[in-house]
Amino acid sequence: MREIIDELEKIDEIINTLPYIKDAVVAIQEILLANLVMIGEIPAPTFAERRRVEFIENRFTESGLQNTSTDEIGNVLGILPGVEGEKNTLVVAHTDTVFPANVDHTITVHPDYIIGPGLGDNALGVAVMVTLPMLLELLEIQLKSNLILMGAARSLGRGNLEGLRFFLSNSEIPIQAGVCIEGVTQGRLSHDSIGMFRGEIICTVPEEYDWTRFGAVGAIVTINEVINKILEIPIRRRPRSNIVLGAIEGGQSYNTIATRAVLRFEIRSESNEIGEEIYQQIKDITAEVSSQTGAEVTLDVFAHRNPGGIPFNHPLARNARRIMRALDIQARKSPSTSELAAFIDRNIPAIAIGMSFGEHQNQLNELVKIEPIFTGLAQLIGILLAIDRGYCDAD
Amino acid sequence: MQINTWLKTNTFHHSAFWDLRKLIKEKEKQGLKVSLCIPTLNEENTIGKEIIIFKSELMSRYPLLDEIAVIDSGSTDKTVEVAEAFGADVYLSSEILKGMGAKRGKGENLWKAIYQLTGDIVVYIDADIKNIHPRFVYGLVAPLIYKAQIKYVKAFYDRPLASSQGIRPSGGGRVTEILVRPLFSLFFPELTAIIQPLSGEYAVRREVLERIPFPIGYGVETSHLLDVYHLWGMKAFAQTDLDRRVHRNQPTRELGKMAFGILQTFFTRIQSLDILGDIPELSKTLRQFQVNDNVFEEVDYNIIEEERPPMIEVPQYRKKFELDKKS
Repeated sequence: MREIIDELEKIDEIINTLPYIKDAVVAIQEILLANLVMIGEIPAPTFAERRRVEFIENRFTESGLQNTSTDEIGNVLGILPGVEGEKNTLVVAHTDTVFPANVDHTITVHPDYIIGPGLGDNALGVAVMVTLPMLLELLEIQLKSNLILMGAARSLGRGNLEGLRFFLSNSEIPIQAGVCIEGVTQGRLSHDSIGMFRGEIICTVPEEYDWTRFGAVGAIVTINEVINKILEIPIRRRPRSNIVLGAIEGGQSYNTIATRAVLRFEIRSESNEIGEEIYQQIKDITAEVSSQTGAEVTLDVFAHRNPGGIPFNHPLARNARRIMRALDIQARKSPSTSELAAFIDRNIPAIAIGMSFGEHQNQLNELVKIEPIFTGLAQLIGILLAIDRGYCDAD
Repeated sequence: MQINTWLKTNTFHHSAFWDLRKLIKEKEKQGLKVSLCIPTLNEENTIGKEIIIFKSELMSRYPLLDEIAVIDSGSTDKTVEVAEAFGADVYLSSEILKGMGAKRGKGENLWKAIYQLTGDIVVYIDADIKNIHPRFVYGLVAPLIYKAQIKYVKAFYDRPLASSQGIRPSGGGRVTEILVRPLFSLFFPELTAIIQPLSGEYAVRREVLERIPFPIGYGVETSHLLDVYHLWGMKAFAQTDLDRRVHRNQPTRELGKMAFGILQTFFTRIQSLDILGDIPELSKTLRQFQVNDNVFEEVDYNIIEEERPPMIEVPQYRKKFELDKKS
């Protein structure tokens, strides 16, 4: 009990400065928004983030970060050295987006909001990370620990967090805590990850397919058969699990029988065993449908996350909630399948937070609100201060 | 001056000026002030982005610009509110030099900016650029800072089409290629070296701006080139390749109006330079046609390219900039 009271008193020092921080960060508005626009207008589909990374690298260099560099995966890193430099906090924002390079990435700026593809996921997160050194300078904050800033490549979809995993596997710098910055949604606080299998079921009808065969209906109906069977899989309520059917595509026109269809899905579960079980069942379904129809039905699972993370009452999660509450941000615990999983695999305490509110996520007209960003920034600074002063270390 | 020599010495690519620290050091050494003018009329979708980019990159990070001003022709959308929200100095064109009345047209805004802004160099950037970037400003201002003999820097934009050979055509838009370049080829061959004579982005020394008249409408860019060429010669010009410029395309009928305005200005200059002798009075009416239920109808547009006098002749300007005291 005494320890918790001590911790409360300590964190109060930070909480008392939050109103000042929130007011002061507004001065960074144009630099942050300019970064957001310039970053957001550089296309960065997963595996092709190079141009966006170059921009970030230049910004890191201009900010005077040390050891600014890119690695073989395409991550970009820079270090803001701490006064003591004994510990290291890793702040990471993924640089890739779901939009291909040929999509018009033009951003429009309005007084209250900004619109453009990939702004919330995750140009805003990257812009905040890139602006962080100037923000700390503006606030005259000198951290004791080294702050490592990282634009992570190959995060989404088939990227499967390759960038962050590569860094954590190959860097010799010990990381004490991690903070993942997401553009939206403010209030999210992820500190644990659910287990996840992500994959595609691809149905292909061979060229020499016998269309006179009974039930010959093409790839779309076959994939529909797969979906029907997936929906029959019994899902337990505890540990919580579900199957997300995320996207489907197939066919070319109105009157041609489709020869190819793809279903994208995720299996999510708090238990790795149950996730494995469902995965096995889907594997059986694809084999069964394939043999019934004569179409080629293949299953390709290319991403996997282990469940885990820090508990609800871990000081990092607890103090993050306190800071958010002090800023009138309603903290919502939201299990994550994002960068957090890479930290979890390495047993590094980490959280993921959102900076602002938005609409139409992952659509071309993705919208991010400007005003809440400043509260989001104050939240980030508060959390970094709490980590830096050691208030978030495990008891 | 030979065209090819001029192209070699006075044509730049913006990447040559990437070192903004060096540029600002030189600017400060010369004690120059640089003003950015963005003329607007209903540009609410693009103006906010232009202001935050220029303010962040060229005022806060690298202090190349001393002021950012929006000169508005009376927008009916939220252009003024958006520009003010992001901290630009916003002026209504009609409120500047009120005693001289208000005329409608981009040239009017550009002319009034000379009175309103205080820079030794004024850089004009259109507000409809979708892919705005700091290079649009520093690429134009840098030749003026580094080379004393240059007075007027024009933007051009390379538009590479798919090309498998080393040589490819490089040029301007439709009005440039089918009107202005042929006219220049006939009367002022050296000026053809200016790849995009109608581009709306340019940086100019005040000593030049205050000495040339300003057509208020479509002819302003053409008249600038003719007047600067006449007064200072080709050596006063430079041009900078700013790569791509993404903007909305105008329909052909609108380009017809533009061409009509440019021709008026062109003939006025031909007359004043006594190149073709006396020219009869020209009509101010552009006649276009449309089909309504298979009947052809004439649509008339009265396009009068009025001109504002050189600012140096305006008493209020002489007073504000204390020209009489200096002289």
